[in-house]
Amino acid sequence: MEAEKGTFKLKLGLAQMLKGGVIMDVVTPEHAKIAEEAGAVAVMALERVPADIRAQGGVARMSDPELILKIMDTVSIPVMAKARIGHFVEAQILEALGVDYIDESEVLTPADEEHHINKRAFNVPFVCGCRNLGEALRRVGEGAAMIRTKGEAGTGDVVEAVRHARRVLGDIRKLQNLPDEEVMAFAKELDAPYELVLETRKLGRLPVVNFAAGGIATPADAALMMQLGVDGVFVGSGIFKSGDPAKRAAAIVKATTHYNDPKILAEVSRNLGEPMVGRQVSDIPQQDLIADRGW
Amino acid sequence: MKIGVLALQGSFHEHQYILEQLGVDTVQVRLPHQLDDLNGLIIPGGESTTIGKLAVDFGLFEPLQRFGNKHAIWGTCAGSIFLSKDAHRNQPLLGLMDIQVERNAFGRQVDSFEIDLDIPILKTLNSQNLPFHGIFIRAPLIESVGKDVDVLAKLATGRIVAAQQGTLLATSFHPELTEDDRFHRYFLEVAQ
Repeated sequence: MEAEKGTFKLKLGLAQMLKGGVIMDVVTPEHAKIAEEAGAVAVMALERVPADIRAQGGVARMSDPELILKIMDTVSIPVMAKARIGHFVEAQILEALGVDYIDESEVLTPADEEHHINKRAFNVPFVCGCRNLGEALRRVGEGAAMIRTKGEAGTGDVVEAVRHARRVLGDIRKLQNLPDEEVMAFAKELDAPYELVLETRKLGRLPVVNFAAGGIATPADAALMMQLGVDGVFVGSGIFKSGDPAKRAAAIVKATTHYNDPKILAEVSRNLGEPMVGRQVSDIPQQDLIADRGW
Repeated sequence: MKIGVLALQGSFHEHQYILEQLGVDTVQVRLPHQLDDLNGLIIPGGESTTIGKLAVDFGLFEPLQRFGNKHAIWGTCAGSIFLSKDAHRNQPLLGLMDIQVERNAFGRQVDSFEIDLDIPILKTLNSQNLPFHGIFIRAPLIESVGKDVDVLAKLATGRIVAAQQGTLLATSFHPELTEDDRFHRYFLEVAQ
């Protein structure tokens, strides 16, 4: 048998290796080094963290390949990078650079208002955001091997990540309790591919790895998401917009492992310095919400 | 029979699932006292830098070394790196196995691959010698082994991907991502 590459099993497999871990946004090789030393399982290489994208406005695009390559050279852990929703050429470029995972991300300005990238056409795996089970399974249908909640990126407010995780996991619990004859109508209500709905019902979980993202800023936030039932967490602005990034990063890693141990959570939460200032999601005008991007 | 799965980070649920299918009691190990009364331990795939750092931070490093001197340990992928004595990089290594590994030896994720392997030792489990499906994800390679280490599997190129030293096992691939439980059954035999 010849070696096979780019299979769904390998795409999913890398995400399985990231479980129980923290993936951190970094904008420089120095940040990447701090993240790796703090115990991050992967880094997301980007030019601006979501809090800055939010503050500065303008069109947010794929990062400069030069920056991504420098970060890839600096750390031994996997490096992820973001492409705009529907921008399959940015994804082709990221694949050519050799990044380990592509985040087709609502944090960047969407390039297509109807269609996401056909992720099956790539050898590199993709992670995508979702707010509910239907959105998650549409992305899996397009080939995503990993799903994350959207949350509300760049706010430091965990409320949306909680809402999205509860909705996905709640929809799964509901799906498992339906009689067989009601599954098709539920799939229709979710706008999700029927076969994937059936698979999710059988597994009692998403058929891919499921992380939390968007607004996680403290060890307690990370542990909250883990206790709600996600497989791991992304932390964006929460680390490098805080007073002591190295210390906070290490604390969030520890909290993600020991998410069920309040004594350890109390210990690691001590003296972390200033958290990111943050912005309450309910104060943000509807048109400025990032999570509504994606279809 | 009670087997621990180091649950600091990585594919520990996948290992636990296979062991439970085999009727084995399992324990997630995150703190030193959870090593008590175990017959063996699996160190799963994941990120070896993360697993090593958390093991040091939570006082597991020396207890794991003591455990490995008396009991069976099997490391898959990141776990095999953590068991090794040399990974060409400054990161915590248990140094229990006399093997030298090269991390990400095949390249990045786009170079990850699946391939059938011939693993003669699994013949002891049944008369057939079916290939074992190897899943290599940003996988390490066992570059060289000491004199007390047996090579269990090689790629066609001759490169070493599985090794055993007494009751310690290292595989650079992921049996926990397959439905083939032979490697887990072999580990249980070693642990007994």
